[in-house]
Amino acid sequence: MNSAVQEGATQMVPSILELNDVRVRFPVSNDWLGRPRGYAHALNGIDLQVRAGETLGIVGESGCGKSTLAQLLMGLIPPSSGDLNWAGHGASESSNVQIVFQDPQSSLDPRLPIWRIITEPLYARGKVNQAHMREVAARVAAQVGIRPEYLDRFPHQFSGGQRQRIAIARALSSDPDIIVLDEPTSALDISVQAQILNLLAELQRARNLTYILISHNVSVVRHMADRVAVMYLGQIVELGNAAQVLDQPRHPYTRLLLDAVPRLGVAMHGEQVAAPTELPGNRQLPTGCFFRERCSLSTAGCEKPQVLQGSEQQRARCHLQS
Amino acid sequence: MNTSSPVLAIDNLSLEFPAYKNNVKALNGVSLHVNPGEIVGVVGESGSGKSVTAMLSMRLLPERSYRITAGSLNMLGRDMLATPEKELLKIRGRDAAMIFQEPMTALNPTRRIGRQMLDVIMHHQKISAAQARLKAIALLRDMHIASPEHVLESYPFELSGGMRQRVMIALAFSCEPQLLIADEPTTALDVTVQRQVLLLLREKARQRGTAILLITHDMALVSQFCDRVYVMYTGAVVEEGRTVDVMHSPQHPYTRGLLSGLPEMVEPGQPLLTIPGQVPNLASLPEGCTFQERCAYAMSTCAKRPPLIAINEDRKSACWLPVQELSS
Amino acid sequence: MSVNLTAAPRARWAEKLAYLGYQIRRSPLTMAGLFITTIVLLCMIFAPWLASHDPNTLNLGERLAPPSAEHWFGTDEVGRDLFSRVLFGSQQSVGVGLFVAFASCIIGGLLGCFSGVIGGRFDALVMRLMDIMLSVPSLVLIMALAAALGASLFNAMLAITLVRIPSYVRLARGQALSIRQMGYVKAAHTFGAGRWHVVHWHVARNAMPPLLVQLSLDIGSAILMASALGFIGLGAQQPTAEWGAMVATGRNYILDNWWYSTFPGLAILITATGFNLLGDGVRDLLDPRQQGK
Repeated sequence: MNSAVQEGATQMVPSILELNDVRVRFPVSNDWLGRPRGYAHALNGIDLQVRAGETLGIVGESGCGKSTLAQLLMGLIPPSSGDLNWAGHGASESSNVQIVFQDPQSSLDPRLPIWRIITEPLYARGKVNQAHMREVAARVAAQVGIRPEYLDRFPHQFSGGQRQRIAIARALSSDPDIIVLDEPTSALDISVQAQILNLLAELQRARNLTYILISHNVSVVRHMADRVAVMYLGQIVELGNAAQVLDQPRHPYTRLLLDAVPRLGVAMHGEQVAAPTELPGNRQLPTGCFFRERCSLSTAGCEKPQVLQGSEQQRARCHLQS
Repeated sequence: MNTSSPVLAIDNLSLEFPAYKNNVKALNGVSLHVNPGEIVGVVGESGSGKSVTAMLSMRLLPERSYRITAGSLNMLGRDMLATPEKELLKIRGRDAAMIFQEPMTALNPTRRIGRQMLDVIMHHQKISAAQARLKAIALLRDMHIASPEHVLESYPFELSGGMRQRVMIALAFSCEPQLLIADEPTTALDVTVQRQVLLLLREKARQRGTAILLITHDMALVSQFCDRVYVMYTGAVVEEGRTVDVMHSPQHPYTRGLLSGLPEMVEPGQPLLTIPGQVPNLASLPEGCTFQERCAYAMSTCAKRPPLIAINEDRKSACWLPVQELSS
Repeated sequence: MSVNLTAAPRARWAEKLAYLGYQIRRSPLTMAGLFITTIVLLCMIFAPWLASHDPNTLNLGERLAPPSAEHWFGTDEVGRDLFSRVLFGSQQSVGVGLFVAFASCIIGGLLGCFSGVIGGRFDALVMRLMDIMLSVPSLVLIMALAAALGASLFNAMLAITLVRIPSYVRLARGQALSIRQMGYVKAAHTFGAGRWHVVHWHVARNAMPPLLVQLSLDIGSAILMASALGFIGLGAQQPTAEWGAMVATGRNYILDNWWYSTFPGLAILITATGFNLLGDGVRDLLDPRQQGK
């Protein structure tokens, strides 16, 4: 398929969520009058469209803003500026989004039986009919591979992988359209990770779900995502088709990131042990390109703020992309 | 490979934790060794016993919580299981050092870095505080930390995760140990920082001739970093050998299962190959090979537990299957 | 500890009890505490059947009789059998202690949970109120309250309960603050849960273990406080038997009639110690297991 047709095809898929120049900042260290002395700029201009039925991967390291993005998508924090548009719903009706957290141990209340945990989204909204709830729980639990006779057990009686299945069942119980997966397998063993990833793929096919997969694990994202957004210091620095971005990155940060990922059988090169590779703080945002001080290619022109340039398949926030 | 006596030699070690009904058999005949100057990896999932092995090597497990039921553990020729605590205090930090996953909990959050480093250095070496401070600065600079004086004055929470881990490595190397045990040292770090820390670790170890025992669950990491690898499952080594050999043609079905379950092993979007079932409960391990109920190649002979069978001079696998070549 | 998931529910209960028994057996002091409190509770419940005499029957012919085969603990100044009075007195002292401990735990716990979850001005108000209550010496406050409301058993219980609430509020609030950070509470927020839902389903349940531990440790001192009130004359009034009151009256006769104050005093001592040991045991049972997991 040539790229023009491909572009046309992708544009026909409706986007169910749009973020327009979303910025989020948190006040830090208030002075004695309660006024903030400074701000942590967590998200600095996010433009994103999420298409129905796709898996959008969000990749980045700590401090890039991906957890803030997850909270924003879940409606836990409002944007400081910019807006979110949910297709087909008003601004406040974002109730069709659910989330699966990283740590299956702390995200399940240890004192509640799992049928109750699974149906919590329904309880929280007040639609409660106990008998009906158990049925719902049983149905959803079966879909994730938890047998109905275990519904009365407590989280500590299950293994890590099973707990994550319970968390997935909980996300499914209110029949959402979008599920945010926040590092869904990072806390699991490799063999369990494979089972959970397969389960997620099955569920997506069966229910036509849209996934927003946030992860620092590049191989998981490569495996599951259709498109990928690479984040750095609250901005998307590269966005596009997963295969292209992860195999032929255009932004220097993406290259740095991918280069650092351990790959089976590929030796580690010993250079640049001393290179400064710590993320700058987000109190005082850098001027121009955020990645300038760590970039080996920085040159004239990098002192201007960069924008995403490129095609629908792959865009990078760098004027030097080759 | 250096054939002088190994820095760490664990022979058929079995350990259990007494519990309510059945004891938890955390280690079931573990045998591994680390030669001087080598980098050895131990790979396994939860319940494999890898962390217990590491902690036991430094005798860091709470004294009364476990029972050794068989085997021996020798470090630098010394029987670590019989050594009294007073001597252990001299060994830990000086002859062998350990770094952990979460440097925030390894460092005292209420004291400055400088104070903590001086404590360790002066505990093992009879030098004055001023000399120890100079040594600390030299160590930090050696770890490619640009402003060591500033770091010495800082509290742990003021430093980033990668920086803290470098301080830990500096401390670990401060007395020129012969063995460094690293238990998941980079799991909590970002990927780019992880790479830096590991390169640093390798560089310093090679410079000083220190052997490293790296405990991790990340197969790719082991393949890049370690000379030899041990794969552990339910408290025993199931495969060992040179890393390139094990990764390229794994012999034990568990190792094969682990490698083929990695996302990079299949086309994106295709289902991943999984190992059926779950890790058995360590309190009620089955007889015979502990992997047989999950193994696609299980046979009647598996009812008898296979020992580590040598495949060639440095490859072993705890499986009755004849040697097979894995088509890559 | 893994419970057999496929066993029938009754078998699982039996298994859990057996495990509990195993853990208790490992600590002799806890067993002693359990033993003592069981005896005390049995005395409380079965006093009418265990007593040898009616505790209120006067027998002026046998005033201040020393312990004997007929009167195990001797008699008081109007000839009432002290053994029976001590047995019935347990109902007052221990009963009040238990009631007060539970009431203050429940009220204080709920208040603290809400305070921690709601935060803001409500929280600040509650904490300042608790600070005020804690700044006054508890016995003085109780005496003042009881004196103002009139000396009766009910007022004594009310006063002691009020005074004990602040420590539970503090404890529960601290728990609520840390539970709020837990993943499952954040998850609940993402589902649109309101504050009442969060407190009801998540905070209260998870805050319970430390509150229970505090409660079990507190029963001992609640009993002491009840006895202390009885000692100074606020609390159950004559002729109701009450340990503190008995010790107080016995002071007048102690030089020649040692048994009067001694036996009720011993009862207070043994009971409070027993509950304290049990409380320590409960704390040990609950804490390391949770940390060990």
